[in-house]
Amino acid sequence: MQAAGISRDDIARIYGTGSGENAVSIVAATVNDIRAMAKGGHYYYPKARTVVDVGAEEGRAAKLDAKGNPVDFAINEKCAAGAGAFIEAMAWALEVSIEEMGALSLEANNKIPMNAQCVVFAESEVVGLIHSKTSKADISKAIHDSMASRIASMIRRIGVNADVVMIGGVACNPGFVAAMKRELKIDNIYIPDDPEYGAAVGAAVAAAEEG
Amino acid sequence: MAEAPKQEFWRWTESNWKNPDLDWKDARHITVGIDVGSVSSQAVIMADGKILAYSNLRTGSDSANSARKALKYARDATDMPEDRLDYCIGTGYGRVNVPFADRAITEIACHARGAIFIYGPGVGTVLDVGGQDIKAIQCDEKGKVSNFLMNDKCAAGTGRGMEVFADLLGVPIDEVGDRSFEYLGEEPSAVSSTCVVYAKSEATGLRRQGWSKEAVLAAYCKAMAERIYSLVERLGVNPELAVTGGMAKNRGVMERLMSMIGIERMKTDWDTQIAGAVGAALFGYALCQKGKGRKK
Repeated sequence: MQAAGISRDDIARIYGTGSGENAVSIVAATVNDIRAMAKGGHYYYPKARTVVDVGAEEGRAAKLDAKGNPVDFAINEKCAAGAGAFIEAMAWALEVSIEEMGALSLEANNKIPMNAQCVVFAESEVVGLIHSKTSKADISKAIHDSMASRIASMIRRIGVNADVVMIGGVACNPGFVAAMKRELKIDNIYIPDDPEYGAAVGAAVAAAEEG
Repeated sequence: MAEAPKQEFWRWTESNWKNPDLDWKDARHITVGIDVGSVSSQAVIMADGKILAYSNLRTGSDSANSARKALKYARDATDMPEDRLDYCIGTGYGRVNVPFADRAITEIACHARGAIFIYGPGVGTVLDVGGQDIKAIQCDEKGKVSNFLMNDKCAAGTGRGMEVFADLLGVPIDEVGDRSFEYLGEEPSAVSSTCVVYAKSEATGLRRQGWSKEAVLAAYCKAMAERIYSLVERLGVNPELAVTGGMAKNRGVMERLMSMIGIERMKTDWDTQIAGAVGAALFGYALCQKGKGRKK
């Protein structure tokens, strides 16, 4: 509100979304996660018919109609290997920051396999790869590829439409975005400037529409 | 002043043992089973199908080296020269990387056979809860496998998952089972039984809300038991049930699991972690008896 130069009285409605939506006392209503991501993705990129939202502990994909309403969706909330927590844990094992790891993966020369899916097992695998003198760039690429293959298979459950927009914090990682393009065999994925606000923007859009 | 090294709560005790009643000099066939798991490695030396010595240690980053160390550690307990070994079989996750093995056999077959040896006849189902996988195996009285199910994709319910938790809560892993029963009140709502990473963040949240370590351990042991139960339930249990692997030593998980299954598990005095290596050594002994041992 400070940044926008407005006061509470200027705000007509506040909607909440996300796993903590019910903990926010100021909200008038909540918007379910899928609807919020769909509205957010559509707001940033109206042509999009597929929205992918990869957050810290969950990954989701939704198929949209022309108005940005979700017609189908897939969600992973059972396993951290399909969410940002995977990348975070791997960066920790590799002893680099997430930002560094994303950049490093773009410098890789070799394609190496990652066998482990589970975050816990993959941590040990990464440590093993470091011991066997595999370059951090190659390991970084393998990490992003393995994560991208899981997110892609989730998207394939609802079908891939060529115009894809990605929101959620993990979309800030260029290494992951590059891996997703390889995996989905598409040239372009639309990423907004602040992808982590995607669902909040979607909740705001929903609040405006329902006014 | 040097800083004290961080305590490693996950670290379990490595061990070796020699049978005081057996002498290798009297044996016709000395066979070895090496089980190189993803977390622990065991070597079992058998004299004519009886356990002469064994070792149990942590697998390092190099499987071949871990296999060598396990065999040396077991042999250290005896005064037997290395060239006395007649036949060696490798099993487990790293079985193809045992450089001195004459042959590799899958851990499913070895665990079934080994479980019957260490638990005695009557085993209908073997549940192996190891470092990185859970296996439920149905077998006949000779250890022939009729059906099995395995989860090796996910750390939930495995020994590695328990190690991570012991470290997170700062509770030595050998104490986890007992301490989980020290909390007598109503358990906090269960932590995730499907993902160790989620369980970790939930446990951290519970601790912040003021739940004791014991209460969180109780909730986690229950979650682990639920995860193992879901696999056992899909396969079905033929009595009697023999549990092998390191998790068999954790009564916090085992007692909760058994009350879900509704039966008692079989009992043994042997180290439950050596079952796979025992089975491998027995396969080697059977081959030697049939004259199919190593060509000399």
